[in-house]
Amino acid sequence: MSIASDLPRVVPPVDTKAGVNSTMLAIDGIHCAACVQRIERTLAQDPDVVSARVNFTTRRLALAWRGSPARAADYIERLDDMGFTARPFDVGVLNSADASNDRKLLRAMAVAGFAAGNVMWLAISVWAGVFADMGPATKALMQWMQALIALPAIAYSGMTFFTAAWNAVRRGHVNMDVPISIGIILAAAMSVVQTVIGADDVYYDAAISLVFLLLVGRYLDQRARGRAREAAAHLLSLAVTEVTRLTDDGRAELVAIEAVRPGDHLLVAAGGRLPVDGVVFAGRSAIDTSTLTGESVPATVGVGDQVFAGTINTGNPLTIEARAIGGDTVLAEIVRCMEAAEQGRARYVVLADRLARLYAPVVHSLAAITFVGWWLWPMSAPWTEALLHAVAVLIITCPCALAIAVPAVQVASSGRLFRRGILLKNATALERLATVNTIIFDKTGTLTEGRPELVENKALPGAALDLASGLAAASRHPLAQALRRARPDAPTLAGVIEFPGDGLEATLDGRMIRLGRRGFAAPEAAEFDDGDGEMWLAGFGPAPLRLAFRDRARVDAARVVAELSKRYRLVLLSGDRPAAVAQLAESVGIPEWRAAQRPAEKVAVIEALKAEGARVLMVGDGINDAPSLAAADASMAPSAAADISRTAADVLFQGAGLSAVPATLSVARRSQILVRENLGISLLYNVTLVPLAVLGMVTPLLAAVAMSVSSLTVILNALRLGRAGREDFNRGDAA
Amino acid sequence: MTIMIYLLPIALLLGLGGLAAFFWAMKSGQFDDLEGDAQRILFDDEDQVPGRQG
Repeated sequence: MSIASDLPRVVPPVDTKAGVNSTMLAIDGIHCAACVQRIERTLAQDPDVVSARVNFTTRRLALAWRGSPARAADYIERLDDMGFTARPFDVGVLNSADASNDRKLLRAMAVAGFAAGNVMWLAISVWAGVFADMGPATKALMQWMQALIALPAIAYSGMTFFTAAWNAVRRGHVNMDVPISIGIILAAAMSVVQTVIGADDVYYDAAISLVFLLLVGRYLDQRARGRAREAAAHLLSLAVTEVTRLTDDGRAELVAIEAVRPGDHLLVAAGGRLPVDGVVFAGRSAIDTSTLTGESVPATVGVGDQVFAGTINTGNPLTIEARAIGGDTVLAEIVRCMEAAEQGRARYVVLADRLARLYAPVVHSLAAITFVGWWLWPMSAPWTEALLHAVAVLIITCPCALAIAVPAVQVASSGRLFRRGILLKNATALERLATVNTIIFDKTGTLTEGRPELVENKALPGAALDLASGLAAASRHPLAQALRRARPDAPTLAGVIEFPGDGLEATLDGRMIRLGRRGFAAPEAAEFDDGDGEMWLAGFGPAPLRLAFRDRARVDAARVVAELSKRYRLVLLSGDRPAAVAQLAESVGIPEWRAAQRPAEKVAVIEALKAEGARVLMVGDGINDAPSLAAADASMAPSAAADISRTAADVLFQGAGLSAVPATLSVARRSQILVRENLGISLLYNVTLVPLAVLGMVTPLLAAVAMSVSSLTVILNALRLGRAGREDFNRGDAA
Repeated sequence: MTIMIYLLPIALLLGLGGLAAFFWAMKSGQFDDLEGDAQRILFDDEDQVPGRQG
């Protein structure tokens, strides 16, 4: 990979212990287990390498070697040669909160599972003993054993819920954890009292299995979201943070981006991303500005031309003079615009939380009514008995199924999407996606492949194309490479001279052949303006020939658009020129389009649509789309999108097609139906059992059975995703 | 019923053994790369035949 090896050599943080250095690298480009094997084998051949092990799940390489710590850069280079981009990785940042939380939950779940199992067999023998001839001493032993196992386990495993509930109460609001904690603590406390006085009604099994089931739900939820977050963090770690600066005496030095000052001269390698806004100081090249402007044809720049941070140098190495750094760049302006747009979305409250706000007060007043009803009027029982019944109400209404209802669906849906290469980054995304009725597409890189391809033209002789392709083989210019892709088998020409920014020249049979921009190859030809990129070939025939290049729509774009337009209003918003946008809109079948939209204008269009009552999904990839991604009700971006767009989007999708969009929407809609069903089921269970509890007819056995059955029903219901997201209309074979 | 005096602790110890084994597995990284380890058994053995790499 020549592009990667042109990048500055990055030195990873190396940890040296007893002569062995170790480091962690994030590897881009691992697709299958064979890649893992290739990397490990190749590195292991080096006699100094102690161990090289790739974690296929996280796509990270743990590398240990003897000798100089600086050799890390050699290994990175070797991986580059094999086609993998390796980047150092700050282990500290990533292993922080998430991973330790993960482990804590898993440990709590294991302890709760162990205790629930053991308490359950003791409890079952007591229930069975009621019908047989179990003596009071044996029963007391069984109850004390249960207490001995359950109480420490509840104290340890339930801490997750207790702290969350305490934090909520201290800040003056109520979440699901509050009724859960009250239910668990009261069930345990009442059981202890019952055990001490030798009564029958102990709820240890209900309390601990409640903790266990809730922890399973919470762990799965955390796991599914953590996986997507980790994948996103991995993508972000690939961003370049160091640049090559030229010193006054002409040496190149590697500095952190923060150290760059206006006036510095920076070297931007071919394939590199521009780190700052500035002007070209030396060199000529083609700059891909599509992520910033949406323009699909690379712009040619020369000395004195202005260039912007975030764009990509696709041609030759450039030296640029920095003008605006960090917060002053156009890129930073877009980031601020995005952050402002994001404020609105943070206020979204998920359905489950809205329910929790209603649930707790209702349940707690029911318990109070039960207590007063049994104690004072109409039952006039002793206060101890009244308290017993009130606590039974709280145990029965402990929202176990309710707390699992949403995570169970979330896990099933995000798992289904994950297998299709769709990462759900945001927990509330499914709920927001399900309400969408308008979809806005970006053009370059979203509906299209984001790279120019040769436009088929029957009028062009095949021999001319072969000749042009033979010349183009000598250049890395994007249009030359597109030509090469169109005619890969054409024989290459020898002695080709490249004039950077102009074109290529060669001599064949005494004729001079030129391929390049109009001013270079065909200065007397008439100008075309159809929005396409162009190259001219001179020296093949009497007149120069024009080769047109266009950014092609993704293969399944038209099919996906046709599918989506049945249900949604579709809009195409692009920063590209009207001619190019109109052409694409017609070819994929979107009637509504706007061209030449700046980032702020895109946001304005979205805000206007939202004001009309539309619920907007934005699908985009460029830096210029980031503010719109943040402003829309929900957003999706391809995983090849600019870093900032990946950060802003709710959902990232991998792969060449757009089929992820209908798949995600169909899973989202189906999941919201399931969430509502699940909430209904758990409320139904409460509505049925609460009257029994109020009347004092609930036994520990009934509580245990009802609790597990309702939780299992909810989990099983979540698995009924059906075919959502599995539709194969976009596979290409079944359309 | 005196047999329970032995049976109860035995059952609990067995359970605790399982719990300890789980904690050990978690600590020693057995769950770190479920996907990779599933594929790893399909790799050929480490016979470094020249020219087979890459």
